[in-house]
Amino acid sequence: MALILLKSVNLVDPVAGRQGQFDLLIDGGIVSRIGRDLPTDGARVIELPAGAVVTPGLIDIHVHLREPGQEHKETIATGTASAVAGGFTAVACMPNTDPVNDHASVTEFITKRAAEAALARVYPIGAVSIGSRGDQLTEIGDLRAAGCVAISDDGRPVATALLMRRALEYASMFGMPVIDHCEDPSLKGDGVAHEGAVASLLGLRGIPGAAESVMVERDASIAELTGGRVHIAHMSARQSLRAVRAGKERGIGITAEVTPHHFVLTDEALKRNGGYDTNTKMNPPLREEADRVAMVEGLRDGSIDVIATDHAPHHADEKALEFDIAPFGIVGLETAVPLCVDRLVHAGVIGLTRLVELLSANPARILGLPGGTIAEGAPADLTVLMPDVDVTVRASALRSKSKNTPFDGWTLKGAVGATIVGGRTVFVNPDVPALKVLR
Amino acid sequence: MTTATALRSRHLLGIADMDPGEIQLVLETALAMKEVATRPIKKVPTLRGRTIINLFFEPSTRTRMSFELAEKRLSADTLGMTTAGSSVVKGETLSDTARTLEAMAPDMIVMRHASSGAAHQLARICRASIINAGDGMHEHPTQALLDAFTINERKGRLAGLRVAIVGDLMHSRVLRSNVWLLTKMGAQVCACAPATLVPHGLTELGVEVTTSMDRAVEGADVVMMLRVQQERMHGLFLPSVREYFTLFGLTPERMRRAAPEAIVMHPGPMNRGVEIDSEVADGPWSVILDQVANGVAVRMAVLYLLAGGDEERN
Amino acid sequence: MSVVMDADRLSRSLARMAHEILERNRGVEDIALVGIRSRGVPLAARIARHLKELTGVDVPVGTLDITLYRDDLMRHPVGPQPVIRRTEIPFSIDDRVILLVDDVLYTGRTIRAALDALIDFGRPKSIQLVALVDRGHRELPIRADYVGRNIPTSRQQSVHVHLLEVDGRDEVEVQG
Repeated sequence: MALILLKSVNLVDPVAGRQGQFDLLIDGGIVSRIGRDLPTDGARVIELPAGAVVTPGLIDIHVHLREPGQEHKETIATGTASAVAGGFTAVACMPNTDPVNDHASVTEFITKRAAEAALARVYPIGAVSIGSRGDQLTEIGDLRAAGCVAISDDGRPVATALLMRRALEYASMFGMPVIDHCEDPSLKGDGVAHEGAVASLLGLRGIPGAAESVMVERDASIAELTGGRVHIAHMSARQSLRAVRAGKERGIGITAEVTPHHFVLTDEALKRNGGYDTNTKMNPPLREEADRVAMVEGLRDGSIDVIATDHAPHHADEKALEFDIAPFGIVGLETAVPLCVDRLVHAGVIGLTRLVELLSANPARILGLPGGTIAEGAPADLTVLMPDVDVTVRASALRSKSKNTPFDGWTLKGAVGATIVGGRTVFVNPDVPALKVLR
Repeated sequence: MTTATALRSRHLLGIADMDPGEIQLVLETALAMKEVATRPIKKVPTLRGRTIINLFFEPSTRTRMSFELAEKRLSADTLGMTTAGSSVVKGETLSDTARTLEAMAPDMIVMRHASSGAAHQLARICRASIINAGDGMHEHPTQALLDAFTINERKGRLAGLRVAIVGDLMHSRVLRSNVWLLTKMGAQVCACAPATLVPHGLTELGVEVTTSMDRAVEGADVVMMLRVQQERMHGLFLPSVREYFTLFGLTPERMRRAAPEAIVMHPGPMNRGVEIDSEVADGPWSVILDQVANGVAVRMAVLYLLAGGDEERN
Repeated sequence: MSVVMDADRLSRSLARMAHEILERNRGVEDIALVGIRSRGVPLAARIARHLKELTGVDVPVGTLDITLYRDDLMRHPVGPQPVIRRTEIPFSIDDRVILLVDDVLYTGRTIRAALDALIDFGRPKSIQLVALVDRGHRELPIRADYVGRNIPTSRQQSVHVHLLEVDGRDEVEVQG
């Protein structure tokens, strides 16, 4: 492969402690040198337009790729295309496919498909229990060997405290965290929206914040008991954040992620456009302003470690059903960066450096993934951001197979310029002509 | 508050979006419509040639018959479609059912559905005027309008009256529509239920909430009793019918705490001995049967007001 | 605006029509008055009073709102639905001579609607029409049996009847 010199690019890499203008020499897809005023030496010199920022490749550790079994919603090919269009060089995919990824054969299928698509790297997350039914542990060692980077029964909570305990103990042998979708089924009941005034007046059954926090507290206790590492998926309630903070203070191995929609939207969104838009229905639900504000604060003060999208594609026919019965979830890979840059960085909540921690460094660290930083000798996984370029979200133009987003028509400041995986440019934003040089 | 001269929307999806002037218009029009029932020929030609489909996804004899009668009295052509449950049960989505009906070009669709928001969904798909005859736990606007008409008929006003609403508040669309209407029209609402059945959002609307039946009925001009369904016992909301009746049942003793000339209402069907004692249901305070009669007049008024002025409102 | 009937003229016309009604029907037996809302109503009441003065008999009086029978209801290009008021005919119209009373007879469509409404109430022996003003321009084959005054108008003009009971004065004006 080629010898490429990215000349004098604006680098933001918190792990390496680099911020500012640097040259990057890429040889055969590997970063061979990082420095200033590097000799050109036969390399193809590429200069990026003003305003471009280069970061370690972004990593989304909570994505539903739907393959195998639900290819009408998304495939690994379309999902990874959506990922790179969203600036992600890697994703970790949840096991609630059909069949569930509870066996090495399914894991191998997923990694094979990902290699064929040759876009974003895909790190499978295996199930905690067979079929995610909560009865019996999966062959976690085998899953690990096949490529799984963590275990989760996402879609459902880890069923019992005892199962959580065993899973944490067992997974820690492999250095893997358990990712929990925290939700007490009895408190959730048949709720479809956040329990509060909005749901009540719309006549929708509610899911209280306590349904989530009750289980976060359980998981914190069990992480303390076992010394294992638990990662709280898609946290949404301020009570949950309180428990995570308390756990961290006690030195427990507990980390947490939040989705962009949970720090941007509230349950008021359910009243928009005549109301009952199923693109505002997801689990956990959009909560009250106090919860949203708490999540923003958690991102600011470091209590929240990761931003992950919980990208959950659903076919239009499924989302066209009555609110009560439409499936939960929205896509998120292609709206994450604009929402984060616009609503966090431009809004003055955090700087770009912290954003890179949330979207790259911490995800890599928590799941033990390569990347999260740009290092000599490592594959060139890079994301080029254009923080000052406007983006208008068009659901119909999303590269995901499904278009279930509540952000259609939103104009946000902060675009993905290009995505480079292993030195190969896999995505260039067609609205930024100056970046065509990367192809 | 001035009476409106027309309804702003071509649908009646809920009371939440109506203003007091529009509510007043419906009540005044209903008064004129009520007279039609006293004639030898209980029919006027007003909606002649109009096609109205009654789409009922939930069983309901009284509301369906009330609408049908209202439609026939206005000389409209009416079609009833009673169909099982939600999309999943039927095997055909609400969207598809709606599109099939659209193809028959009805002028109006009256729909009752088990999912909150279903009427809104239908209004997005169909060109016809949609009347919500009850959507899940959300709203039942014609019920609230006929309740208001009945109160007005007996009490001469709505503003300043003390209205107690008692029962399974959490799951009740009748409660929600009545709270919207009564607060908009200046009545004082007191909602009463066991703590397990009190929904969010009421106090923000200026409603007094209590778990004490005695407190609710004290000095009330109107006592509106809501149904309590058997399922609530199984859903861990209530321990038993016996206990519910003891704590929350409307008995003659409790009625004596109400204001003089107080009236008792119920949207029906009643669970005698669960939320209401037969002596009260059949006694001098009860206007329950008036509610039924008024339902036809109010529904005629709504159909009339939505049917006209199409070109402008579209 | 020009006044075509003052208070004096108006009341003399009503008195004269009351006499004509008595003469033509040879008394008040079987007679009932039905005023068409809104200004036909006070006119009907006044005629009833004249008939009482002349015969000592209380002729029954009803009010009719024809809104629900109009032929132009669903054809409004602009504007809200007309407001409906109560119809009250507290007596049987079967086998009676019904005197329909209206303030202005113009195209005849209001009277057509009134006839449709009345037929739904029963089967009168006959229906006669009392109009305070006939301004011409009939679009249907309808004629008044008793007219207060014939006032030829053009289509662009409008006729305004003011009555003491409703407007505080008795006067008929033509505008335009």
